[in-house]
This record gives sequence, structure tokens and C-alpha cells, in this order.
Amino acid sequence: MGESCRDRGTFRLADGGIAMRKLRSWFLRLWGISQGARDDEQFSEEIASHLEMHIADNIRAGMTPEEARRAALVKLGGVEPTRQAYRDQAALPFFEALSQDLRYCVRQLRKNPGFSVTALLVLTLGMGATVAVFSFVDAALIKTLPYRDPSRVMVVYGSIPLGSRFHLSFPDYYDYKKLNKVFTSFEVYDNNGFMLATPDGAQLAPGARVSAGFFRTLGVTPILGRDFADGEDKASAPRTVMLSYASWQKRYGGRSDILGQTVTLDGNPNTIVGVLPRGFHFAPASPAEFWTAEHDEGPCRGCHWLFGLGRLKDGVTLAQAAAEMSALAKQLEIQYPDSNNSQGTSVVPLPEVIVGDIRPILLALLGGAGLLLLIASVNVASLVLVRTQSRKREVAVRGALGASQRRLLRQFITEGMVLAGTASVVGLVAAAGAIQLMTRLVPAEILAGMPYLQGIGLNAHVLILTGLIALFCAAVFSLTPAFSLSRNAMRSGLTEGGRSSSGTHWRRVGANLVVIELATTAVLLVGAGLLGKSLYRLLQVDPGLQPHNLALLTLSPPRETYSKDPQVVALERRILDRVQTLPGVTSAAITQKLPMGDGDFTTSFVVVGRPKPKEHQEVAYRLVTPRYFQTLQARLAAGRYFSDAEQESTKPHVALINQALARQYFRGENPVGMRINFDGAKPEDEMQVIGILEDIREGPLDTDARCAIYAPFEQHPVSFFAIVARTSVAAQSVLPVMAATVREIDPGIATFESSTMEQRIHDSQPAYLHRASTWLVGSFAVLALVLSVVGLYGVIAYSVSQRTREIGVRMALGAQRATVYQLVLREAAWLIGFGIAAGLVGALGAAILIRGLLFGTQAWDGFTLATVAITLGASALAASYLPAHRAASVNPMEALRAE
Amino acid sequence: MGDNDVWQGTLALMILKTLQSMGPLHGYGIARRIEQISDDQLIVQYGTLYPALLKLEQEGYISAEWGVSDNKRRARFYRLTRAGVRQVEKEARRWEKAAAIVARFVSPTGESL
Repeated sequence: MGESCRDRGTFRLADGGIAMRKLRSWFLRLWGISQGARDDEQFSEEIASHLEMHIADNIRAGMTPEEARRAALVKLGGVEPTRQAYRDQAALPFFEALSQDLRYCVRQLRKNPGFSVTALLVLTLGMGATVAVFSFVDAALIKTLPYRDPSRVMVVYGSIPLGSRFHLSFPDYYDYKKLNKVFTSFEVYDNNGFMLATPDGAQLAPGARVSAGFFRTLGVTPILGRDFADGEDKASAPRTVMLSYASWQKRYGGRSDILGQTVTLDGNPNTIVGVLPRGFHFAPASPAEFWTAEHDEGPCRGCHWLFGLGRLKDGVTLAQAAAEMSALAKQLEIQYPDSNNSQGTSVVPLPEVIVGDIRPILLALLGGAGLLLLIASVNVASLVLVRTQSRKREVAVRGALGASQRRLLRQFITEGMVLAGTASVVGLVAAAGAIQLMTRLVPAEILAGMPYLQGIGLNAHVLILTGLIALFCAAVFSLTPAFSLSRNAMRSGLTEGGRSSSGTHWRRVGANLVVIELATTAVLLVGAGLLGKSLYRLLQVDPGLQPHNLALLTLSPPRETYSKDPQVVALERRILDRVQTLPGVTSAAITQKLPMGDGDFTTSFVVVGRPKPKEHQEVAYRLVTPRYFQTLQARLAAGRYFSDAEQESTKPHVALINQALARQYFRGENPVGMRINFDGAKPEDEMQVIGILEDIREGPLDTDARCAIYAPFEQHPVSFFAIVARTSVAAQSVLPVMAATVREIDPGIATFESSTMEQRIHDSQPAYLHRASTWLVGSFAVLALVLSVVGLYGVIAYSVSQRTREIGVRMALGAQRATVYQLVLREAAWLIGFGIAAGLVGALGAAILIRGLLFGTQAWDGFTLATVAITLGASALAASYLPAHRAASVNPMEALRAE
Repeated sequence: MGDNDVWQGTLALMILKTLQSMGPLHGYGIARRIEQISDDQLIVQYGTLYPALLKLEQEGYISAEWGVSDNKRRARFYRLTRAGVRQVEKEARRWEKAAAIVARFVSPTGESL
């Protein structure tokens, strides 16, 4: 009685009543699975009463009791088939069989805790790693940014010979806005914070200044209040501010009556007009809490502090926009040759600005995790295969007892699904933990710059991926044994001699799997090795200073109190006097910007007496107090440092340059004694070069040393600077004292970035990213190594166990133990050789893919490749030695008798 | 199989119709009645009858309870539910219509063929 027959009467599902009845019936049948025993009893009773009535009728019709009984039983047509047909209708046969399969499968798994735990652990590792890394990829690269059509939004940078991502000036912005025909709107932002007035004194608050149409260009509307109106960014307009959602919650408790309140930023009262949506973030200015309308419409064309932001008009391509902006820049360069010399533009899509740096790292990590997952599933697949071999007889017995081919196959599929399903659930939990751990390990500052990671977690995308992986694994784990147990294997499994054919078959499959594992491991090991070497090279970079025992503190004195140069100088002297005499401090100095930052604060200079250069000579510019170099323990290459006396603005101006600058602009000349000046400055600002420093890394460690000019602080004092103190005790212990000292001098001074130079290097973005990727890929590689070596061991051990008799025969015929070792190890060596060779080829490809992440290391780094080949080869051979040893210890007599 | 096909598709209707005309009845009675009506041309096997009864019960067209038969035997009696009564009418109409259509194809007067 087939499904199709039973349902023939009701093929009109469109009829609501019938559909409902079908559903009801389906639920009853689902319920029926658990009701099996009770229904059976009732049904037996019903059949019995039916039979009795039938027999009684037959007797009444004149049959003898025997005849009557036989006739009734014939009509019944066998109790069991009838009962089965009834049972099939009572419950859902599919689910009933499934629950049977499940019970059987769980029993099987519990019976083999070694297999189950290993398989689950290995799979969970692979899945957990992949899912965790994928959730980062999803948050950074897949989830759309919270703007309207984000790929059409472009960031426009100033491009100068020093690099292509520099600022624009206000008059240039204004001209670009007026003249361009490629953007529907062209706006600007800058990402400097504010000094926020609070009851506890001034506080540095992250913020940004934007032109009025900024949020409209992004396509963001406030959830409370209003957006900036056109013209609200004029210098004459009243000052207004919008709050980020986080700031609104944190500082104002999410109250809706904050609109119209004032908040004092940089000493200016601003009216709160709106609150930005919760999901809004803008990484280039993150974690900005206060967004004000830009009011600084300086007429200075040479003062660059803004970044442009434009939305492409429909149909305009990136290339067209870039060409148009370059043409406009050329036009301005001709019009204003003094200020706009070599001042170009570069146009970069906003998503690229936000995630461009992290994309290659994330993709490399995802690749690493994926390879680990591949190894893990290959390993479990071979475990499943081995187990299938040992279950051959069981399968054959079940087949002989009447289990159909389909039913046996279903058993394997159920087991594969249970394995993959459990692993993915455990893997998801592990991934959730790993995500938490990974986000917590990212330094807060770096995390603040990646606001898109805030919503990270197990969302729909991640769950879908997990589901797909689980399906894939389930398919692999159920189909491998199903294929390996071909029809004849099921039959021949009953006869003990039937080991040879399927044994060889498995050995071939297992060998292929091991080659894949070894190759993948080689790829991961090479990746980890290259990244590790890059990290090592990065940390070996000479920063041009001695980072040990250097305490750092950045200060922002309130501009109202320190608006005049003499006030700043007086403050600087008081601070230095006090800090220098702190216990544990041996020397202290002040710099306008700490090394190993973003390398910003640049100026263009000219060499006095030379014709004006065609190109801007843009270099880093640092104002420092005289003992700065001794405090850092920088090294002087030529000339001398400046003295205290030379600081005063009345004295002739002096400067030091670094070797990079000397190399680039004074090739073959001795710059010491020559005079330089800022581009376009007055002759009285000329500085004499008095010394050459070995390069101090002003920019990030992973970029070349920047050209730099160092001038005395007091000649051009700035009211935003950092203290550097050399300590004789642990620098960490001096930090709180230093901050307290500054607050004692003036509680209005905001202090931040209190850290040691070693921390600063350790936490810097390139060091962090290199370290994180090295650790992650490294741990993937170590896991992969363990898994593949164990996998190889399994294959060789199995092969030896299959060949015990052959080995026994050989030894009985006079083979030496050495020959047996050779026999086994040769087999292993072939696999290892193939695996490593394939792996190295793959690794070269992978290394070329991640070469953007490498620092000071070539993709084809011979040392790394050789080390990996040797490590992997040695561990793999060691793993094969054990089974070889076992084979060589075989007692020929026992081996032969074992049959 | 040929005979069986018709048989299977219409067994449900026959059961419902039987219960409608005879009132509450046990499985044996239903089988006997169907066999009688068909002049013993149809043989109702247990293996088809009871699953069909169960299906109708699951669909809510009939209900069953234990009772005592005419000759004092314990038996399970099936009765038509209200939904079952409606279903009999609907199924009967549908069957008549379907039969008429099929008849037009197989009858010798099918000129349009």
C-alpha cells in the first residue's frame, strides 16, 4: 500500500478544509510515533474481535469450525503485514525509521567514545575557527555599510609627493565643490576631537567637524531632531552639534529633551540639534561622539586639514571622477602656484577606505581557517572510513537479516548528519566564545577604529554558513562509507576472507586523503612561517630610539588659557621642570607629536639658494625640546643637537634633519651648515641645519622612514604636545605620577595616551595586525600539523594491520627487520613526499596571495619553505615510524596463524 | 493492480457511505457490507481496510469507540462525524462527476473521439 495510492482521493490541496485535515492527520501520525505500543495492543484486540465475528459468521454459513477459521485467516492475509500496514498509517514510517536510526546511531557513537570524541573535537575545532573568522569577515566585508548605496560614496584626498591620502584645504574644497560635475554633492569632514567642558574639568571627547550636507551625502537621517541645514556650516551661523547614538546614551541617558541644550566644545557653546541612528558609524572619524558643523572657513589655501566626501552622479565611474578631480587640481595648481604646487587629489571609494586595510588580513585568516576545516573534515572522513571497515560484518549481517540497501544507506546518512550536526552546534558555541575572546584581545584604540565590528556575532549569515558547512560535512561523512561499502562488500563481509579487496580500496582512498592533508598543512605552515617572519622583521625594525623605559603622556592644554606663545612656553617649562625631578625619571622632553604614529604633521620646505623645486618637498615636521634626542637615545649621524639657548625665538633659527631627508634632498652634499625654509615663508624664518639624525620612525613601523625636520619647540610653540620621559625604574610605574603632576600644574589640561614606548610599539596597528594574523594562522597551522600527522599515522597503521600476513610471509621467507621497516617507511615516504611537494606548490600560490601582508619577507622565502618541508617531513616520518616498528616486530608464526 | 487502483481510491468513500446508511458499525461489518453491496466482486482485505479506517479517523471524518456487537462481542465501532457527513456528500458528488466524465471516454457512443 503505497503513499500514492492512499492519497489519490484528495489531490486538491487548494481546498482549505482538506489541507487542514491533512495537517491534522500528519500531526496525529507524528504523535503516533511515540504511541506505537498502545496502538498495537488495541489493534490486536480489534483484529481478534474481527476474526471471531468472521469465524462465527462462517460457522453460521455451514462451515466446520476448522474450515471457518482457515477461511477467516486466509482473508486476513497474514497478521504481520496487516499490522505493518496499520502501523505505517498510524505513524509516519519515515520518521519512525529516522528515530530508530537515530537511536541506533547514538548507541553506536556511545559505544565508541574514542571515535566520537575525537571526531567531534576535530570537527568542532575546524568549524569553530572557520565560523569565528567568518563572522569577522561578515561584519567587515559582507554586511553593507550603514549608508545609502555606499559604493557610490567617494572619499577625496589631497595627493602630494609624500603620499596619496593627505588633507585638502578649505579654499580648495570650496573650489572643488563649485567646479566639479561628477558628484551630486561634495562635502568635507575632519576627525579631530574636541575639548569638552564637563563639571570635572576639560575632557578630550572624540568628535568630527563636517560640512552641512555631509549626512545627506551619506544618506543618513537622524533618529531624533534634525540634520544640519544648508548654510549652517558658515562661520557666521550659530554653532550646532549632533550626537552619536552611543554618546546620547552614555552622556545624556538617552533622554529626548536634550534637543536645544548646549554643550561646550573647545570653549564654544553648541546647540544640540539631533541624534544619529544607532547603527550609524563612520570609521574614518571613529569613535566620534560629537559632530559639529564645520565653522572654520580659513582663507589659507596651504593649510590642509579636511577630507572630501562626495556621492557620484548616476552613470559616473570612479575613473571619470578621479580624472575630473585631477584636472580641477591641475587648474588650481596653475591658478595658485605658490600654495598648490604638486597638490593633486585621489578619489577612493568609501568602503575601500574603511575596510581596505583589513580585507587582505581577514581573507588570509578565512583561508587559513577554511584549510583547517578541510583537514579536520578529511581527518574525520578517514576516521569514519576506518570505522566502516570494522563495521563491515555488522552491515553484512543487517543486510542478510533483510535490511534493504536503502535502509543501510540511510543509517550511514543519519550517522553523518548526527556527527556533523552535533559538531556544528558545539562549533557554534565555540565560535561565539572565540569571537568574544578575539574582540577582547584587540586593543581598544584599534577596535574604536573598526566600528563595523560592533555588531559582530552569530547572525543569519554566520548561521547559514554553518548550516552549509554542516550539510557538506554530513554529505562527506555519509557518502564515504556508503561508497566504500559497495554492494558486494556487504555480501562478502560475512566471509572472513573478504578483507583484501575493500582493504586495498580503503588504503587507496585513505592515502589520497592523507596527501591532501599533508599538502594543506604545508600551505598553512608556510603561511604561518611567512607571517611570523614578517612580524619578526617588523619588530626588528630599528625605530631610531631605545624604547625600553620610556614613559609617554599626551597633553591638550585648554586653548582659552594658553592662546599665546609665551603662555605655552611657560607651561612647557613648568611641566618639564616638574617631570624631570620626579623620582625615577632621568631625563624628560617635549615633542609636538610622538614617533610611530600616523606620520602626520608635515610641511613643505625649500633649500635656500637653490631654485624653487618643481615638486612640493613635503616632509614630517617635529617641534621638540633640546633634550628630546638624548631622552629617546636617538643617534646623531653628523653635526650636533641644539642647545637650550637656541630655543628662544629671538635666536637664529636652527633645525636638525634626518638621514632620509639628507639622502633624498642633499645627495652628494653635506647639508650641515646649509639653510632651509618653509615653502613660501619669510626669509627671517630660515633655519640653519646643524645636525643629521639617524632616522627615527615617525610613521608606522611597516613603512619606510619618513623624511623629517626637527626644530626647537619654543621657537614655534604649539598647544598640543606630548611628554617623553626616560626612567631608571619601570616606565609603567612613572605613568600615574606623571599624569598627576600635570593635573597639579593645571587641572584644566586634558591628558591621554598614557603609555610606555614599548606598549606604543606593541599596540601600534601594524604590529598588532601582524601579531594577530601570525598567532591565528600559526595556531591553525599547528592544529593542522597535529591532525595531518595523526591522519598519516592512522593510514600507515591501518595499512600495516592489513598487511600483517604478507609481512609474516616475507619474514618467514627470510626478510630482515630492516627490510620490513623499509617496506613500511617507503610507503609513508611516498605519501609524505607527494604531500609536501604539492603543499609547497600550493604554498607558493597562497604566499603570493598574501604578499601584501608580508613585511621584509619574500613570498618565496627559501628559509621558510625549507623549514616547513623539514618540519613536516620529520614529524610525518616520526608518525610512520611507530607502525613500521610494530610491523617489524611481527612474529611470523603468529601472523600466519592469525588467519 | 488494475482493479485495485479503483478499489483503493474509492474505499474511503465506500466506508463513509456505508457508515452513513448503516449507522455505527465495526470493521468486520463494514467489510461485509461493502462485499455484499458489490455482489462479492470486491474482497476487503484487513491490510487495506484498517489503515483506511485509521486514516479517516486521523482526518476526523469518523470516530471510533469500543462497544458490544449484536451477538454480545466486544468490538470497535466506527461512526460518522459531522465533518464526515459533509465529506460523504462532497466525495459522492465528486465521484459522480468524475465517473460521468470517464464514462464519456470509455462508452461506445463517444463520437468525439
